[in-house]
Amino acid sequence: MADLAEHEEDIVVEPMPVGSAGRKSSGWYGMLALIVTEGSLFVYLLFSFYYSWIWGGDGFLPGERPSLWLSGPDTVILILSSVAAWWGERGVKQGRRGWQLPLGIAIAIVLGIVFLVVQLYEWKDKTFAIDTSPYGSLYFTITGFHMAHVAVGVLVLLALFVWALLGLFDPRRHAPVTIGIIYWHFVDVVWLFIFFTFYITPYLS
Amino acid sequence: MATADYEEMPQISSLADDPGLPERLQKIWETKPGLYGWIATVDHKQIGIKYLVTAFAFLLLGGLEALVMRVQLAQPGERVLSPEQYDELFSMHGITMIFLYALPVLSGFSNFLFPLVLGSRDMAFPRLNAFSYWVYLAAGLFMYASFLVGAVPNDGWFNYAPYSLKTYNPGPNMDFYALGMIFLGISTTVGAANFIVTVMRLRAPGMSINRIPILVWGTTTISVGVLFAVPAVSLAFFLLWCDRQFGTHFYNADSGGQPLLWQHLFWMFAHPWVYIIVLPAMGMVSDALPILCRRPLVGYTVVVLGTVLTMVLGFGVWVHHMFAVGLPLVASSFFSGASFIITIPSAIAVFAWVATIWTGRPVFTTAFHYFAAFIVMFVIGGVSGVMTAAVPADLELTDTYFVVAHIHYVLIGINLFGVLGALYFWFPKMSGRLLDERWGKWGFWITFIGFNVAFLPMHLTGLMGMPRRVYTYPAEAGWGPINLLSTAGAFLLAIGILVVLADVIRSHRTGVFAGPNPWDAPTLEWSIPSPPPPYNFALIPAVASRHPLWEDRLQEGSGRSQLDRGFVLDDGKETLATTVLDAEPDIILKMPEDSPWPFITALVMCALFTGMLLQSVWVSAAAGVLILLCILFWLWPKRRLLQVARPQHG
Repeated sequence: MADLAEHEEDIVVEPMPVGSAGRKSSGWYGMLALIVTEGSLFVYLLFSFYYSWIWGGDGFLPGERPSLWLSGPDTVILILSSVAAWWGERGVKQGRRGWQLPLGIAIAIVLGIVFLVVQLYEWKDKTFAIDTSPYGSLYFTITGFHMAHVAVGVLVLLALFVWALLGLFDPRRHAPVTIGIIYWHFVDVVWLFIFFTFYITPYLS
Repeated sequence: MATADYEEMPQISSLADDPGLPERLQKIWETKPGLYGWIATVDHKQIGIKYLVTAFAFLLLGGLEALVMRVQLAQPGERVLSPEQYDELFSMHGITMIFLYALPVLSGFSNFLFPLVLGSRDMAFPRLNAFSYWVYLAAGLFMYASFLVGAVPNDGWFNYAPYSLKTYNPGPNMDFYALGMIFLGISTTVGAANFIVTVMRLRAPGMSINRIPILVWGTTTISVGVLFAVPAVSLAFFLLWCDRQFGTHFYNADSGGQPLLWQHLFWMFAHPWVYIIVLPAMGMVSDALPILCRRPLVGYTVVVLGTVLTMVLGFGVWVHHMFAVGLPLVASSFFSGASFIITIPSAIAVFAWVATIWTGRPVFTTAFHYFAAFIVMFVIGGVSGVMTAAVPADLELTDTYFVVAHIHYVLIGINLFGVLGALYFWFPKMSGRLLDERWGKWGFWITFIGFNVAFLPMHLTGLMGMPRRVYTYPAEAGWGPINLLSTAGAFLLAIGILVVLADVIRSHRTGVFAGPNPWDAPTLEWSIPSPPPPYNFALIPAVASRHPLWEDRLQEGSGRSQLDRGFVLDDGKETLATTVLDAEPDIILKMPEDSPWPFITALVMCALFTGMLLQSVWVSAAAGVLILLCILFWLWPKRRLLQVARPQHG
């Protein structure tokens, strides 16, 4: 009976958080699972690229090396967008300034859209199309996949922006912000791998 | 009260102190009757049973396709089917059994059982769970719609390029398959995420990771595998669809593409998939068999480690499906070695089961028969697998009926027999009534004999050189009598399955009442009524060992599990989340009500894929926008779920 009594004391607990609480929410874990599977998708995409390159041999890459004029600054823009989102999230966590969250998200959205526009210019600039060569197919498919993810990320940020303006979040209740913004960071990190693959490796080979 | 919205002092009580609790919870948790309730329910038990019924329906369809093929092959030179029809049937047979039956049936059991064995009131994402089911059903119907337009997938379930490219396969046959698989992948992926988060977070307090039932380990392991593997096949099919419709050059050798890229992407997915569709069944056997042997499983820890290791290694053996394509010898040797090594963790469970039977006191119920047969056929299928892992042997055996025999011993042996055993074992929990033991044993013996008569001779026809996927063969080859025997066995197997189904239909209405624990089993699902109430557990139990209901007999550990005293959580739909490793109480979760959004979203997604099939930009774009809106409404933060800030005063 001594054991039983001890055990009963064990489950008498202290006050517990209730509802959707940041990184204790199920949604946070769900987003991590989504990131794992989406990350795998990009691994397979890049695998397809390197596989086709290795077996395609010398003629695989297009003649000229890709220009870094647009893609370089565009990469910085995307990273800054992540920083803005992080800054906004910090605002709601600390709860000092009500405007920091919507402002941070708004900057992230604008920078995200700028990234997409520059990418579309990049697409127009190419001398090859999706159906001219395996390289063209892979380039447009992989960057297209990523742009679709950026577009979805922008929509997620838009929802967060509206919800932030509606005052749905405070320092204790902002799980959607944490969940949405980690997705945005993920999309940005993925770009670094794609950027390295398409814009850096041709200079290394 | 400043923190009232954010923190709560959880109440602990017992039914003796609070006799009105079950009635209150019933009101909170029950699904409304009628069509709306049927569509909108998020109750994991109802969703699990829907999964099981749908998967069995696909099993019958796939079986029917197999029987027609067996009629065609019964004699040399038969003309029951044209070569084209034969191609379509063997493709749909594989697709149906591997994708629409084998995993969904296991997801059905896991959906039904997870919260019950873990001591929770629902899955982590109840609405996502409903969504996963509806997408599965829609994707299955989408692929079967190809029969209606007479353009059935016809390149086998492995669907090799370049045969599947537009030049060689101009109709929409392959588009049905490609888009259907991407669609189905959504269901599989969200289902897997749901299982993983449920296990991480929704276990009863005290159920640390060394106390989790093996069936949970099995499904969780493969769910992680699904997250890593499914993107490969979704991508493979997406690239195929682009090659077919937009003139890209991924697989087309004529313009510099790589046909073998298809095989790599496909088998990177499909070999892990083989483990994905057997490990949960092995988990169910590891939990149920010891109960019928009246003792705990021998070697819990090594069986768990073996399960996880099998999945991990399962990602490193895909090339053994490609030995005959002319890869470098080093690659073939490496993957051959890896394929030998994987037999070690997979064999651990076999030794554990045999030791459990050996040292236990077996009760020879129908379920036990199925489990015992499961072990025997696992060994046969495993040994023929080891044979094909050797490159020289594989070069001889690949694309022959030997491989057909191997995959059927593995898939029917370790999936179907495990599933039928699990059906006899857990049906009482689902329906409240026992299945009939007399019918059950008749069904078992007919199924078992029929299966072996159908497939054991295929080893021989394979060794005699009969290739797979041929619609007929000449009489001079001498394969006629053995094929006739296989056909007879296939029909016997079908009769056995019908006996099982008849028993299910019969016992569902007239079976003997089971009571909460007909097998005197040790785990949490047997501590509650059969069928369980909508809220599962009136009080969230606290677990102190692996066998909460056997503690007095086993004297495991020092503490005692508490089943009649625990967390009340009756302020709306609530359940408890615990920490990932130690399962200490962490947070009270608000659970969603029944919702029509999962069904609606699945329906709109079906419109999206139909639009893509018809190459209609407008239908696809409109459906895409609608899907985004559905998700927005679905995820809009709700006050009732405590997802939004407390309103400001004043």
